Amino acid sequence: MQMPPLDPAILARRSEIAAALRAIVPGEGVIDDLDGMRPYECDALSAYRQMPLVVVLPETVPQVSAILRYCQDHKVKVVPRGAGTSLSGGAMPVGDAILLGLGKFNRVLEIDYANRCARVQPGVTNLGITKAVEQEGFYYAPDPSSQIACSIGGNVAENSGGVHCLKYGLTTNNLLGIEMVLMNGEVVRLGGKHLDSEGYDLLGLMTGSEGLLGVVTEVTVRLLRKPSTARAVLLGFPTEAGAADCVAAVIAAGIIPGGMEMMDKDAVKCAEAYVGAGYPLDAEGLLIVELDGPEVEVDHLVARVEEIAKERGATTCRVSRDEQERVLFWAGRKAAFPAVGQITPDYMCLDGSVPRGRLVEVLAEMRQMSKKHGLRVVNVFHAGDGNLHPLILFDANDPSELRRAEEFGADILRLCVRVGGVLTGEHGVGIEKRDLMGEQFSDIDLDQQMRVKCAFDPDHLLNPGKVFPKLRRCAELGRVVVHHNKLPFPDIPRF
Amino acid sequence: MAGTIRPRDAKELRQAVEWALNDGVTLDVRGQGSKLALGKPMHCDQVLDLSGIAGIVDYAPEELVVTLRAGTPLREVEALLAQRNQMLAFEPPDLGPLLGQAAGQGTLVGALMGNLAGPRRLSVGAARDHLLGFSGINGRGEAFKSGGRVMKNVTGYDLSKLAAGSWGTLAVLDEVSVKVLPAPDQTRTLLLLGLPDEVAVKAMGAAMGSSHDVSGAAHVDGRTALRLEGVAPSVEARLKGLRDLLATTDTKMEELATLESRAFWREVRDVMPLKAEADAIVWKISCPPTQGPGVVARIKTQRPTACAFYDWSGGLIWLALPASDDADHLLVRGALGSAGGHATLIRAPKSVRAAVPVFHPQPPALAALAKRVKESFDPERIFNPGRMG
Repeated sequence: MQMPPLDPAILARRSEIAAALRAIVPGEGVIDDLDGMRPYECDALSAYRQMPLVVVLPETVPQVSAILRYCQDHKVKVVPRGAGTSLSGGAMPVGDAILLGLGKFNRVLEIDYANRCARVQPGVTNLGITKAVEQEGFYYAPDPSSQIACSIGGNVAENSGGVHCLKYGLTTNNLLGIEMVLMNGEVVRLGGKHLDSEGYDLLGLMTGSEGLLGVVTEVTVRLLRKPSTARAVLLGFPTEAGAADCVAAVIAAGIIPGGMEMMDKDAVKCAEAYVGAGYPLDAEGLLIVELDGPEVEVDHLVARVEEIAKERGATTCRVSRDEQERVLFWAGRKAAFPAVGQITPDYMCLDGSVPRGRLVEVLAEMRQMSKKHGLRVVNVFHAGDGNLHPLILFDANDPSELRRAEEFGADILRLCVRVGGVLTGEHGVGIEKRDLMGEQFSDIDLDQQMRVKCAFDPDHLLNPGKVFPKLRRCAELGRVVVHHNKLPFPDIPRF
Repeated sequence: MAGTIRPRDAKELRQAVEWALNDGVTLDVRGQGSKLALGKPMHCDQVLDLSGIAGIVDYAPEELVVTLRAGTPLREVEALLAQRNQMLAFEPPDLGPLLGQAAGQGTLVGALMGNLAGPRRLSVGAARDHLLGFSGINGRGEAFKSGGRVMKNVTGYDLSKLAAGSWGTLAVLDEVSVKVLPAPDQTRTLLLLGLPDEVAVKAMGAAMGSSHDVSGAAHVDGRTALRLEGVAPSVEARLKGLRDLLATTDTKMEELATLESRAFWREVRDVMPLKAEADAIVWKISCPPTQGPGVVARIKTQRPTACAFYDWSGGLIWLALPASDDADHLLVRGALGSAGGHATLIRAPKSVRAAVPVFHPQPPALAALAKRVKESFDPERIFNPGRMG
């Protein structure tokens, strides 16, 4: 993975920069010794590691503002970091950039049940929000698999999803407001406890901007009442196509399940061996469909889903009888990644999204690719919204396998784009998919995105080396080329 | 009087923008022009009429997505979706009659450009939450795209969010992909009668905070309406649950069945219940739901003849004020106080809209940022210049 060349002038000023940061954040908040910085050298995309220039852990918004203003004035790059659980290298350090950790912003500031929202600091974990409100029967809907560890600030940066987003939306659909600090140190608030924006929807833009536009210092999220009932249906099919058809038929019947997950035969085998969830080992495709809501509605929809599944040739059809069994049905799915980890030294997790109607074709083509690259692939995915998580099995100690795994992964993502899908459904571009952006976007598309970046960060100091395959200077991007004396296009109808 | 240019496809659209850019021509970008009376009055050199770039490109009901061109009438899209029992869940309003025009006009892309949503905004999100992707022309005359046709997509910046609610000031869209949802089998409404505003907003809050999946909560003329949608047995059970939750010894309740319910919520969506004289000023105020009654009360102490009704559980106030030269903008915005929110001047004579900020003024740092974002798309300010003032 090629990162931008390090600036020797910045590296030479390392101790001066550390001292300047200490003047802003006193005490233990600045870390510049190698052992102290080691925990920050990577995020959850741990194949890539890099020590930062200095780590700074501010505790207040004025400190964040002063740090960014200092970095802007002295042209020092900044990598913001929440809990470091990014799967795409979004929080991976850069050698000539300070690492700005928001971990000390870990307080729930206000819970407003009457307006059904919570105001929290960005370092609060995703699950921490639900924990803070569940005694009153509320929860925060987006539930990425890393929810026990990932921070809400990171969720905003990545627009995190989870298994329930088909029905409840991603982070962007569950946010009401943020406070953020711009690279020039200015503090702005977007949204609040009310709905919609008075001007451009910068809150929507910030969500999923991967830490390239600003540093989030406060988050207001929407709270929902926990559904009174949830049941999971376990459906086994003799073919993957049967399972995929069933997914389409459920949605065509007007049912939006809380979650609808699919696993292929290998994933089922691994998960069953690991957790013993009672999955049918003969199924080529397994679906877990969760229905939630009022009890009568869940009963009604479960019956409909069973009916549809049987019409589509389901050979296993089991409805969770109680909460314990529902959790057990999910346990295998939730443990699928570590379960696969039991049968391979390493695996690479991908994250493309495709139109649901193309699932079967994409799975078949992936098998072909698997043969071509000589590596196994196991599939676990959010079938309801077409978000695939193929796991490529390899051994990182074999350099040829690592290279082949990377090529295989790139081929899968190209396939996703080719069938009308996208490179990443929920993990983000980061460094991982950066160099594939050209598969989905033209240079003009990317230039337009970079111009938006320039509106926030004209010197490209925030989270450099991420998302964009090649950076163009803002001055160059800003130039308008005007061709005077052109014909005023006489062939277009005028009145 | 400005001339009109009416491209027939994306290529002609790009040529038109390129020409405008080269000749320093500003463009009044419109679909059917149904919302021309909304926003800051503009003085453009040319009208860019998108009604010639119309039609459904692709509709995949099982994918929950429809792709269509910018000039496609909203009514046409809704009729198409209804055939497959689907809908635009955000309930784009028809503001035509409120703005002194005929009903049934407007394009879906026009509704997206205003980020306009109806009562279901509360439960399923705004127009912006349903725009999956688009292609269009920026103010440099370049064709670009963002987003896609799939539900889950975090590839690159989410420019769809910026486009929605930009009132055509960032780029001219030629094609959009929009998320659709199954239409509910049944719609029922529980009405609580005679509650004062404060009590009504508390009741709506309790309903929204319950597990009964309320998809509309409005307070209109002493009637507090709670909408339940879905399959019949579920709607029945939730209706009973809501009644039990909200029952007090002296609260009178009534129910509206499916057809009456649909008519009622269509009227709320289109701001019909607002008792506004023909020359009255109309404001749309978004605030934290519990603050709604306080905001209205503060305005009424100064303007006792003001009328208002609430949607979005109290968080949306439609307000009518007697005609004035300044639309009482300081009073209205001042009434929001420190609780946060914003007020948009929806209806006022041109001279009034020219004189006062139509969109809620932003703090300087935010306004400067928004200006830089505008310039990143349209550096020469050729698209709808000044409309969002």
